[in-house]
Amino acid sequence: MSWYIVWDNAGWLLEGFWVTLQLTASAVIIGLVLALVLALLTLSTHRYYRWPAETITFFFRGTPLLVQLFLVYYGSGQFRDELDSIGLWSLFREAYFCAIFVLALNTAAYSAEIFSGAIRSVDKNQIEAGRAVGMTSLVLYRRIVLPQAMRIGWTSYSNEIIFIMQATSLVSIITVLDLTGVAGRIISKTFAIYEVYIAIALMYLVITYSMVFIFSRLEKRLNRHKM
Amino acid sequence: MFDLEGYSYAIFLGLEQTLLVGLLAMLLACTIGVFGALAKTSSSHTLRVVASFYTATIRGIPELILLLLIFYGVPTLLQDSAASLGLEMIVDLNPFIAGVITLGFIYGAFSVEVFRGAFGQVPVGQIEAARAMGMRPWLIFYRILFPQALRFSIPGLSNVWMLLIKATALISVIQLDEVMRMTKIAANATQKPFTAYLFAALLFLAITLVSMVIQKYLENKYARGYQ
Repeated sequence: MSWYIVWDNAGWLLEGFWVTLQLTASAVIIGLVLALVLALLTLSTHRYYRWPAETITFFFRGTPLLVQLFLVYYGSGQFRDELDSIGLWSLFREAYFCAIFVLALNTAAYSAEIFSGAIRSVDKNQIEAGRAVGMTSLVLYRRIVLPQAMRIGWTSYSNEIIFIMQATSLVSIITVLDLTGVAGRIISKTFAIYEVYIAIALMYLVITYSMVFIFSRLEKRLNRHKM
Repeated sequence: MFDLEGYSYAIFLGLEQTLLVGLLAMLLACTIGVFGALAKTSSSHTLRVVASFYTATIRGIPELILLLLIFYGVPTLLQDSAASLGLEMIVDLNPFIAGVITLGFIYGAFSVEVFRGAFGQVPVGQIEAARAMGMRPWLIFYRILFPQALRFSIPGLSNVWMLLIKATALISVIQLDEVMRMTKIAANATQKPFTAYLFAALLFLAITLVSMVIQKYLENKYARGYQ
């Protein structure tokens, strides 16, 4: 057993830890915006809005994240000339860009499903009442629908954020040096396999349960009218 | 569209491995789920603590880390421990077995929650009635609790299955010849990574669709007595 290897490389592991947090934050923020758009399109009564949104959601929820990562990172190589001619190749060449691109779309698809479900479950009578007192759609959404949908969907959405944080570990397979990627590098130099993996497993546990703690505090705050 | 120069057949062969690993892991996950749920609701403090510790740790660590830890870490840990006792031992895990065990253990933690919820939905009065009739705990479980809980657990177990089958893609990392690894071989050989990974994505979508149909069928079948 050579646990000192973990301490010797603590600085490097912390760098990876930081990359993991950055990836999670970028994916969640971009994904949130995309998810709101997808959710509203899914709820639209117009077939031509609904159909593309439902296809995107179905594709990203129905296929493994690893396939999506490979499809974008390796698959983009098949269209190198086309991407080059519109100046996007320099982006798709970067594993880090592909990672955020895929993670954001993936979490957007799952979150869109949560949001549209939450919006649907807001009491219909309240919406009718809002209309009856003359609220415009925008005011209705801002004052009546979204605040309540947020409370209904919060638990599922916070689970999704934790899921996508854990899923960022997959980007190490497409060469991004996140926490898992750094661990792989350290292991290939030192062969301290279980020491390093146990160390990063503990780090992921710490991130997960810190997030669980923060989210449950936020949930209490969201529901403080019920106490 | 999918001109993979005959490699699509190889990917189909991988599909067989994917489904086999998935089904066996699901079987393991369900077994762990039932016993874990019983442990979590049992009167023994130790059993409750052990079961809670299991679900809390597994859910806090990314699947990839657990897979790498079991496949690469456990054999080295055993060898090191044996060496410190002066024994020489070579442990080599088969990727198929490592995959089934890891996925089974991870999704077992999710099934525990599913079964716990399902057991909770069976009316307490029925259990009390069975006890009053003089049924032993095992008979109560077998005749009263389990058949009814099975019906309540179908939606939850379907979710677990969908997550599990997508997670099988990760096993390509430990060199099992399932869909993802065969696709990688096809992508390298044909120099058409996008086509190859899109093909794999569509295979997973097909599995998802078939699973959804089976879920509907099972839900109807088990709800027959209640319609």
